[in-house]
Amino acid sequence: MSPTNSEQKTDQYRRKFLGQSAAVAGLAIAPGIVLNQVAHAKSDADKASAANRWGMLIDTTKCAKGCTDCVTACKTENGWGSVDGKASAEKLSNTEQQAQWIRKVTITDKQTGHVQSLPLMCQHCETAPCVDVCPTGASMKREDGIVQVDKHICIGCRYCMMACPYKARSFIHEKLELQKATAPRGIGTVESCNMCAHRVDKDQNPACVEACSKADHNAILFGDLKDANSEISKELKKHGGEQIRADLGLNTGVRYQGL
Amino acid sequence: MKKPAFKQIDGNSTNYWMLLALLGSFVLAAVGSHFYMEHGGHYVTGMNNQIVWGLPHVFAVFLIVAASGALNIASISSVFGKTAYKPLAPLSTLVALALLAGGLMVLVLDLGRPDRLIVAMTYYNFKSIFAWNMILYNGFFIIVGIYMWTMLQRNINKYSKVAGMSAFIWRLMLTTGTGSIFGFLVARQAYDAAIMAPMFVVMSFSFGLAIFLLIVMASYKWTERPLGDAMFKRLKNLLGVFVAGVLYFVIAQHLTNLYATEHHGVEAFILRDGGIYTQLFWYGQIILGSLIPLAIIYHPATGNSRSAISIASIFVILGGLAQMYVIIIGGQAYPLDMFPGKEISSSFFDGVVGSYTPTLAEALLGIGGFAVSLFMVAFAVKVLRFLPESLADEAVDPHHSK
Amino acid sequence: MMSLRQFAKHLALLVGLIALPVLSNAGELSPSVPKAKANVSETQQCVEPIDVIRKNHMVFLEHKRDETMREGVRTKKHSLVECIDCHVTPNENGEYARIGEDGHFCSSCHNYAAVNVDCFDCHSDLPQNASAHMHTLNNNNPHHKDLAANGSLTKETLDVLTEGDKK
Repeated sequence: MSPTNSEQKTDQYRRKFLGQSAAVAGLAIAPGIVLNQVAHAKSDADKASAANRWGMLIDTTKCAKGCTDCVTACKTENGWGSVDGKASAEKLSNTEQQAQWIRKVTITDKQTGHVQSLPLMCQHCETAPCVDVCPTGASMKREDGIVQVDKHICIGCRYCMMACPYKARSFIHEKLELQKATAPRGIGTVESCNMCAHRVDKDQNPACVEACSKADHNAILFGDLKDANSEISKELKKHGGEQIRADLGLNTGVRYQGL
Repeated sequence: MKKPAFKQIDGNSTNYWMLLALLGSFVLAAVGSHFYMEHGGHYVTGMNNQIVWGLPHVFAVFLIVAASGALNIASISSVFGKTAYKPLAPLSTLVALALLAGGLMVLVLDLGRPDRLIVAMTYYNFKSIFAWNMILYNGFFIIVGIYMWTMLQRNINKYSKVAGMSAFIWRLMLTTGTGSIFGFLVARQAYDAAIMAPMFVVMSFSFGLAIFLLIVMASYKWTERPLGDAMFKRLKNLLGVFVAGVLYFVIAQHLTNLYATEHHGVEAFILRDGGIYTQLFWYGQIILGSLIPLAIIYHPATGNSRSAISIASIFVILGGLAQMYVIIIGGQAYPLDMFPGKEISSSFFDGVVGSYTPTLAEALLGIGGFAVSLFMVAFAVKVLRFLPESLADEAVDPHHSK
Repeated sequence: MMSLRQFAKHLALLVGLIALPVLSNAGELSPSVPKAKANVSETQQCVEPIDVIRKNHMVFLEHKRDETMREGVRTKKHSLVECIDCHVTPNENGEYARIGEDGHFCSSCHNYAAVNVDCFDCHSDLPQNASAHMHTLNNNNPHHKDLAANGSLTKETLDVLTEGDKK
């Protein structure tokens, strides 16, 4: 039976209605899709935001004892230490005075004899003792969880170095020159790993993470702990991750597996 | 009781000028060593990334702690109403301010960026006990300064009780703050203890009085003013009580730590395996700094001898410096316990005892702090009326019993 | 009380003592400031008008340093690294003056004004593209090319010495 005039009109209205609804719905969702993509990319003008918390997950079972790729990458990126035989920028300081932002630590269980290796750097604690004790507020935590030293107001008292449970901080014992533009460092101030904030702000991985993945070890994972869909959050949910000195209750941003 | 008469010292003798010259030369040496350290950087010192606070801090913290203790005599007279000590109250405030100035000078000159002191005065992180200490130190100068003023100027003497009470409370807060610098650190096995604050308070009583007693004895001997046995006995007996008090706190701290397996590592380090730190603890802090002075003070043969008590006071000071060395440097030397039950090694000296060799520059800076304090006292008693003309028994306490 | 003659003598001496350093610098009443790489635009030489930036560069830099360091804002305007990249230029020989030397852009004025510059204890005083080996062998330096030309330094040696550790 062919549609009557009034049925045709209703169909037309229905089509129009459905079409318009689809258009409106599309318009409503589209910004959400577009914005969601924009939210992941940080422009130069954006501030670090508390919506993110940057963290790292280190799988010690993938970390080889003799490998120092992460350390070398950090040295090259930030301009400290001796790389490929070229002397450290700190020529006058002895080995106990020279800065180390990250180091490989070998741990041997006294009971079982089990040996493990892992990289140790600033743990970027949520309640960092170094931030608490700094008299001027130079030792600070960014909104996105990165802990660093504001060397503009650091007076070089070294109290943060006393306070750090991981001995992550170093003091500069001599005049430096020709520092990397992205890693200013100078005499009489304290410094430590800043999770390559200058790279993170450009949506890149920290140098250590980059080097470890380039060499195909993939022992270090970097990402946004507050984003449930990030690789690091999913990995943490699936296999867990421990803090070093968890009893201190500092809620570190750097977690380890296989300890 | 006759009101005590205060008079400036003559300060004309060759010996006096030689004393000032000697102290002045140590001050200059300290300034020189500061420039040496600041110009090239801290690489010239023995401090490193494992031992970040060294000999200068030992001296600085000692002087700051002693400063608050030196105020005791004044507090006892104003706050607790023991009028026998009243003649020495102004000198007590003077020594307190001078010791704090000396200690702070050493602390500030050791900073990595001492040119940024104004930053430390204007940017405050109020969660930091260090920042609170800066407020407490500056407040100490103001409050004790006012207290001193109420005692020196006759028409405002009536305010000295209120000023004295304020100063007493303030110095307790200050020394609690100084002890908490270490007590609040969760990271290290040797610190992170509530006992640090009260222990530092009692240490301040002991060190401050030892220095004060030596200054009183020296001043009166060298200006040939009388210092009677009554006052002398009070001061030396008080010193004995304070030295015993410090020993009690030290015993309490170590016994508690020895009970917890968690702390056995650091206790074994300090008490047995720590090399220089163990030696300084037993020979310096306990025997030289506590037991021998107690024996000298309370033994009838030596208890009344001025020279023996002077030696006891010097031993208390040396023992106090040893105690600071063990706390500050020994506490840092013991490696962080990041992985309990495991041995650690790395390129950054994890798991090994930190090495530290003090350098001459650091020692001169520290000693210079002492010199600045003593210079200030020696100069002040010449220009202002801090020293009572007589501390003979009749002047001090007409009703004293022999 | 001194006489008028005595007073006049003292005054003349005082004025003379003050005038001495001023007169001795008579020829150098303003510093010679090296030219930047390029102007920001046709109408404006620097990121701010010259009189504004001369007077207030420290205010801009201090504000920017907190924005960058504490908040992660990395825009180029008022960035110290951008200032250095544009203003610190090599001379005809390809050599860079260092901070403290009159030839360095910042020092040219700061030495003259005797105002301490704190930045370069931590920040590099040279632009990012200035080779770190400028102070040893500089293959922009015509002198070294001459050495290569007259045979005392072979080109291979020159290449290895200047490029050798660049992989």
